[in-house]
Amino acid sequence: MIEVKDLVKRYGDTTAVDHLSFTVEPGRITGFLGPNGAGKSTTMRLILGLDRPTSGGALIDGKRYRELPDPLRYVGALLEARAVHPGRTAFNHLLYLAQTQGVPRARVNEVLELVGLSGVAKKRTKGFSLGMGQRLGIAAALLGDPKLLILDEPVNGLDPEGIVWIRNLLKQLAAEGRTVFVSSHLMNEMAVTADHVIVIGRGRLIADTSMNDFIARYSDNMVLVRSPQAEQLAEALRGDTVTITARQDGALLVSGAGAPAIGEAAAARGIVLHELSPQQTSLEAAFMELTKSDVQFHAPDAVPARDASQGANVDGATPKDDSVPEGSAR
Amino acid sequence: MSGGTITRPTVGTGHANFGRLLTAEWTKLRTVRSTVWSFAILIVAVIGFTSLFTFLTVQQWSQMKPEDQAQAQLDPVPQILGSGLFLGQLAICVLGVLVATSEYSTGMIRSTLLASPHRLRTLAAKCVVFTTPVFVIGEALAFASYFLGKQILSSKVHTSLSDPYVMRAVIGSGLYLAVLGLFALAVGQLIRHTAGAITTVIALVLVLVPLTGLLPGSIGKHVSAYLPTNAGQQIMQIYPKDQILTAWQGFGVFGLWTAALLALAAWFLVRRDA
Repeated sequence: MIEVKDLVKRYGDTTAVDHLSFTVEPGRITGFLGPNGAGKSTTMRLILGLDRPTSGGALIDGKRYRELPDPLRYVGALLEARAVHPGRTAFNHLLYLAQTQGVPRARVNEVLELVGLSGVAKKRTKGFSLGMGQRLGIAAALLGDPKLLILDEPVNGLDPEGIVWIRNLLKQLAAEGRTVFVSSHLMNEMAVTADHVIVIGRGRLIADTSMNDFIARYSDNMVLVRSPQAEQLAEALRGDTVTITARQDGALLVSGAGAPAIGEAAAARGIVLHELSPQQTSLEAAFMELTKSDVQFHAPDAVPARDASQGANVDGATPKDDSVPEGSAR
Repeated sequence: MSGGTITRPTVGTGHANFGRLLTAEWTKLRTVRSTVWSFAILIVAVIGFTSLFTFLTVQQWSQMKPEDQAQAQLDPVPQILGSGLFLGQLAICVLGVLVATSEYSTGMIRSTLLASPHRLRTLAAKCVVFTTPVFVIGEALAFASYFLGKQILSSKVHTSLSDPYVMRAVIGSGLYLAVLGLFALAVGQLIRHTAGAITTVIALVLVLVPLTGLLPGSIGKHVSAYLPTNAGQQIMQIYPKDQILTAWQGFGVFGLWTAALLALAAWFLVRRDA
């Protein structure tokens, strides 16, 4: 289990991680999402003790990373930036890592086999493609058969076959009861991989929820309706499963009712429609909207992270839990 | 390529203790080409330049001024040891810097610190692993170049290991190289950038010394005597160049410089982000 508590990291005037708190549970894949520059890599580096937090901290099963006596058997990490001497062979890179805590040489060959690099084990890594480098990084992470994995953008540079492979590998590792914490800036990749999702923007927590809830909440199909009798139409459509959001330009965004149902309801009451168009909100678009709104809306003043997560909103979210002012989430 | 073989792996047990870090650092040192190249250059430079300079001395003997001849006969050891080491030491400077800076230029420091997050222990292991071969090769080279130079000069000059302080000067040459390696490693660890660190070390070793000659009178002499490598090279002298520091005092000053730089490097290593 990883516990991040009130973590802050500042570089001069820039705040990369801003009072971030969350927990990563074992036995499932936790996706760590955010746009580029959101602070995902920095957060991971802070958890791994590579960088010093300005304040707050991160614990791995109650210990700081630096306190782990044999960290490679406890935590396997893959960082986004390269961490290999190009003049050293893949085998020797893994060998010295193994030697730091007495992992047998045979295990080096085992992980090379596992990631499909056995054929180039004796080659210097300077000739490696991005995907091969990524596989070597994953081999290093798996070297000590760790209980916990922290992977920064592991599918980066992998071909489609590699992406499917890493997806299955992560699922298997989580199924074995390990903690798997994996970052990505691609929502769709996480949607098929992760069980739980933590979204950050500008170093702040935006959402910490199960993947199913996230999808249910943010991948609604909505219908955009324009009518000179908008209020009447809204009244006609109102129901338990239907939510209606009025946009500033007067259009209505309806979710929970399809275009045919809205058209029929309007016809039954003689309401004129100027536009009736289904809006497909992809998960990716919802994610972008979600993180964008945080960036736009909460930029200057410090709003506690938890408030931001509750107030997180996109077009079509129910007006009932719309705790932020109208139009703010756009 | 399947995810099916990760159950029940044999990953052993044991902590990342100092002994294991030594093994790992040794693997790191011996598996990059720059190590082999630097030692090769050191050996070729020391043996080559020792042979060349002593050979030229013999060739030019009749054209030398009588006082230079007398000086060479009185105190031949610095000439024998100095000619090769003066250039060969640069290879150790470069390698010492690279051992530290290549971690940063390649990003490998992240792998290193993930595997052994105890940073002081990691730096200590690196220092031991780098200094040991430098010392062993340095001593071997010091004796080799002494005997080579003695042989080449034998028709003009007599010297023997049993002469006063000769043994100290020869052994001191290897010691000097070992401390110089640590000195360069510390500068590399502090600066983290290869080019900047090599420039700094070369400046400290070669450029600063003649520069102190521009300082007036005894100030210049004193500053010069306490400069790291100048002080360190006292141990290779039979008759000290100046009367400011004795051989071991000079070597001690060099050791203090190195220890101070290492302490500073260690402090920054612990404090700074990797």
